[in-house]
Amino acid sequence: MRRLLINKIILTLSTISALIGLAFLAWILVTLFVKGLSSFHFSLFVNDLIDNGLRNLIIGQFILAGMASVIGIPLGMVAGIYIREYGQGRYANLIRNLSDIMMSAPSIVIGAFVYAIIVVPTGHTSGFAGSIALAIMMIPIVISTTDSMLSLVPKELREAGIALGASKYKVIFDIVIKSAKVGIMTGILLAFARIVGETAPLLFTSQTSNYFTLDLTHAFPSLSVSIYDLASDVQTSSRDLAWAASFILTVMVLVINLTGKFITRNKK
Amino acid sequence: MPVMNIKKFSFTYPGVSDPSLKNITLPIKKNKITALIGPSGCGKSTLLRSMNRIHDLYPGNKYEGKIDLLDFESGKYKNILDIKKENEFIKLRQQVGMIFQKPTPFPMSIFDNVAYGLKIDGIKNKSELSDRVEAALKGSALWSEVSDRLGKSAMGLSGGQQQRLCIARAVAVKPEVLLFDEPTSALDPISTAAIEELIVELRNDISIAIVTHNMQQASRISDYTAFMYLGDLVEYDKTENIFLNPKEKRTEDYITGRFG
Repeated sequence: MRRLLINKIILTLSTISALIGLAFLAWILVTLFVKGLSSFHFSLFVNDLIDNGLRNLIIGQFILAGMASVIGIPLGMVAGIYIREYGQGRYANLIRNLSDIMMSAPSIVIGAFVYAIIVVPTGHTSGFAGSIALAIMMIPIVISTTDSMLSLVPKELREAGIALGASKYKVIFDIVIKSAKVGIMTGILLAFARIVGETAPLLFTSQTSNYFTLDLTHAFPSLSVSIYDLASDVQTSSRDLAWAASFILTVMVLVINLTGKFITRNKK
Repeated sequence: MPVMNIKKFSFTYPGVSDPSLKNITLPIKKNKITALIGPSGCGKSTLLRSMNRIHDLYPGNKYEGKIDLLDFESGKYKNILDIKKENEFIKLRQQVGMIFQKPTPFPMSIFDNVAYGLKIDGIKNKSELSDRVEAALKGSALWSEVSDRLGKSAMGLSGGQQQRLCIARAVAVKPEVLLFDEPTSALDPISTAAIEELIVELRNDISIAIVTHNMQQASRISDYTAFMYLGDLVEYDKTENIFLNPKEKRTEDYITGRFG
């Protein structure tokens, strides 16, 4: 009797907790969709912020995240390969632990760091500084995904490659990475989704711009930083635009995340 | 004439004080099948994995004694424990191939799997590659099942087919010795029978060492059997002698199922 009762209590408690958690998520999404959709208009994709549009911000955000990926993905992957395949003992473990700590570093700290080492010496904010801040956020995520996906490849597969006379780097690149390809790609996509919506690392590195630009050496348009600016504006029209921008950003991140999930599910 | 001569061989894993193999002396005879049997932990897999030095993937092992391998080209024996350079390791592993317990198809097409070792060997000519792949697949009794889907992923094959593919892949580079580490323990009886038949056929071209937990398998396919126990080689003889007329008490106890 008592066991059954406890069972029921635990089941009820955990169901309620799950519902509370989901309710907040639903609340956020519903608010975002209602407020965002009411101020959403397709002209947002045509005009730049100076004309009350978001075109330059969306493109700018993707360029910042794209540049960060160009820097962060190769570095993170190669480092992940090093600690899983080549590194031995304490040195590899040290890098692994440092990377894990980096992953939980507050993003505003990364922003402040890049501000100190790039923005202050160059004298002004720039797209490059923003990309580097995002890349610093991305590297530990890519390291950790690469590391854990490679660890799932059975050691027999490596031995089989070696036993055919392949050298270690050939086994890693022809066999091990190929087997872990889907997992690594998914991880990279999720890392991209993680940084594409970041505000804090960009706040004082790239800042944002009202105009369309591809010049990474100056302040660069950023959707997330502009949301921050617009949301604290006194004008209602600015705040409406912030809702629309938040809606678009959320949908973008959601789509990238779902793509990642979809790839994993279709993996055999 | 043995293709491989193991002499007073001892092996110690890193971080362990006692050797896992003690003073093993054993020949692997040419074009014969040598079975290594014994209870779990007796060192038979450790011995097998020393014969192509696959242990060296994980550093810190200690080898003592000699493992002489007959080089077919020069007709001379060479101690494989002296090998230090990468290119010598590659040559060793082309001479001494290995098949694992679980099938290990590479994540690529059936053709590319079999061609993998050949490409490493430097064969680039397309027609030579496809001839060698076809010959290897025919030699592994897989050709008729896969000839129409060579470009498809090897992951789609059944477990038994995957294992025969791994054998084809190893045979393609024409090794002198093939090491089998419990090749059928993950397979059903029908696939097991196919693999056993294949191993017996391969004997005509290749010398074979096989680790098995299955004593019936050892008695069915092997010419020579070595019984190992706790890192010692207890008895080595013709298979029929080991199974019908063992000299050592421990061998008799093991093969009659009194322990192990």
